[in-house]
Amino acid sequence: MTERFLGKDLLGLEPLTADQIRFILDTAEPFKEVSERAIKKVPTLRGKTIVNLFFEASTRTRISFEFAEKRLSADTVNVAAAGSSVEKGETLVDTARNLEAMRIDMVVMRHPSSGAAQFLADRIRSNVVNAGDGTHEHPTQGLLDLLTLRDKFGRIEGLKVCICGDILHSRVARSNIWGLLKLGAEVGVCGPASLLPLGIEELGVTVYRRIEDAIEWADALNVLRLQLERMHAGFLPSLREYNRVFGVTVERLEKAPRELVILHPGPMNRGVEIDSRVADGPHSVILEQVTNGVAIRMAVLYLLAGGRPEMAEAAKGRAGEAGE
Amino acid sequence: MKPLLIRGGRVIDPSQGQDAVADLLVVDGRIAGMGQGLGAPDGAEIVDARGKVVAPGLIDLHVHLREPGREDVETVATGARAAAAGGFTAVCAMPNTDPVTDNQAAVGFIVKQAQAAGAARVYPIAAISLAQKGQQLAEFGELVGAGAVAVSDDGNPVVSSHLMRMALAYARAFDIPVADHCEDPALKANGVMHEGLVSTRLGLRGIPAAAEEIMVARNLLLADLTGGHIHLCHMSTRGSVELIRRAKEKGIRVTAEATPHHLTLTDAVCEGYNTNAKMNPPLREAADVAALRAGLKDGTIDAIATDHAPHHYDAKERDFDDAPFGIVGLETALGLGIRELVQRGVLTLPELIDRMSTAPARVFHLPGGTLKPGAPGDVVIFDPEARWRVDPIRFFSKSRNTPFAGQELAGRVVRTFVAGLTVHRGETT
Repeated sequence: MTERFLGKDLLGLEPLTADQIRFILDTAEPFKEVSERAIKKVPTLRGKTIVNLFFEASTRTRISFEFAEKRLSADTVNVAAAGSSVEKGETLVDTARNLEAMRIDMVVMRHPSSGAAQFLADRIRSNVVNAGDGTHEHPTQGLLDLLTLRDKFGRIEGLKVCICGDILHSRVARSNIWGLLKLGAEVGVCGPASLLPLGIEELGVTVYRRIEDAIEWADALNVLRLQLERMHAGFLPSLREYNRVFGVTVERLEKAPRELVILHPGPMNRGVEIDSRVADGPHSVILEQVTNGVAIRMAVLYLLAGGRPEMAEAAKGRAGEAGE
Repeated sequence: MKPLLIRGGRVIDPSQGQDAVADLLVVDGRIAGMGQGLGAPDGAEIVDARGKVVAPGLIDLHVHLREPGREDVETVATGARAAAAGGFTAVCAMPNTDPVTDNQAAVGFIVKQAQAAGAARVYPIAAISLAQKGQQLAEFGELVGAGAVAVSDDGNPVVSSHLMRMALAYARAFDIPVADHCEDPALKANGVMHEGLVSTRLGLRGIPAAAEEIMVARNLLLADLTGGHIHLCHMSTRGSVELIRRAKEKGIRVTAEATPHHLTLTDAVCEGYNTNAKMNPPLREAADVAALRAGLKDGTIDAIATDHAPHHYDAKERDFDDAPFGIVGLETALGLGIRELVQRGVLTLPELIDRMSTAPARVFHLPGGTLKPGAPGDVVIFDPEARWRVDPIRFFSKSRNTPFAGQELAGRVVRTFVAGLTVHRGETT
């Protein structure tokens, strides 16, 4: 069943069907348990080689992928752009060809340019997992957010989820919008109009101009990190004012008609987009997101590997082990 | 030089309202006559054009030939040869070369290279400002003396309104147009495609329509202020078309061009991060394409110009952000014009020839664009019905960057003559 279920690559949630997304979430459930064991390892990807290719600094996502790979027994290599041939001016196409020549099985890539993951995927036979491309998509983040919401509410359909902050520059926002809409949630976005992309409503989301209105409407808020450099680029006047006008604060949440679940993809700017008391409060699922991140990435890697005909039967058997 | 008699073609000359089967005679490199059953002078080359269209050679107001500086992607010779293959008998070469064409010696170099090439004529456009830095005016008088037909800082917009005002005023002495790449650099910022739903979905930084329209409006105001002739390069938005239409009604001296790609493609072509759809100005929306077509029809947009922009294949084989802007256009322009504009009923064939030959000649005050007696013997013969598939490997241009690869176009060049001499012979003859 898993054979080619996802295709060769995971580049984003926009190209996936609702069934494919549900299938990944369901597959992540048994993998959650692996991380709770004393010996956190299953042999599912034994003998597979995976390169984590990070052209942008990342701690959380890279470590999460690396744990997912190691817990599946894959052999992994991390390449960071700094100090590598990339920094010496090698083009992405040359990087791709070199990886191909080393016969690696999968590439997990983060890149500052939108479309870079697709560019790579179109040029190599290995599976490509997009770990964030520019301001386009960050599909595993979207999936782990969906899994966290589903854990909390027991469903996605009919949920009202508002994504707050810098939508314009956010790949997390785009992946969340596609994933949530496909699974039947209602999606709002809230942030200063200077950080909302043109035509966002046409994707099927509702724009909230005021955070108070978003809080009144939503069941859950996904609070995005505000990149500090946006201020210097003229998108907003100051972080202080951002917190005062758009910050998710305890005072604002107390006025909500229902208790909101709070997500944040991290890393947080405490006191800017989110107050510490909210981040650390009872309705925050921020650390559950991190835990789910490993399970989601294990599921994605497993499914992509299982998509290979010669691997499918063996991989399925091992997934059964993992789920017990 | 042998006389040339082109027999039995459908001769279309918008400058005389001519569209009928006739013979065309070229003697000593100039048009010598047109009419039924012309006799062949002694020793004349006789070309049978029955079933074909005979028209004044096409003229392109906007090409980048990359020489000097990037001879690996195009030279004056290869660009002029590609032009001839596309039915063009004259092209105007933008000055954003390396070094910039901002002095009389540099202009003379382009003229010399073009003469050596012996293909389409190449008219240099010189820089508005020294090194195209937007600060100090180049020496228009000397540039025109050396052969420049217009000035432009194309590639860069003229940011300073003061400099543009001075350029428009100063150019009046030489009766040359000042051509501007209209773009507000702060609004364009690091955008890579049209700002709209597609850029939002792809997560690519957008260039709003206003980035162009603000500069169009400014340039129109400055042309009005100075009485100078502003020529607006590669218009891409419906807002620009409307601004130009109103300015023309007011009598402001403005002319404008649009590219074949802006007249045919939308930002949807950027899907899949297709770097051959990356251009500046960017491909816009369907409503913009419709407005450009309407503007081309009613004369608001005077001419079709290709903005032929060769790039090395490596350069486009990159992620979208890092790929350069621009596509080649000389060898696909006529075929696209016939398929997209004539066959779809936007323009008649004589109107298309007007926008690609007669009008460009008028806009930049160039010889050609007409088959009147005494005009240069610059003639194109093409088969308007012939269909052919775009195969970039076969381009005469050194570069292959086109979004039209593999497409079937209508209308194929059979012969191109400059001053009565064959500069291109199509595969079918």
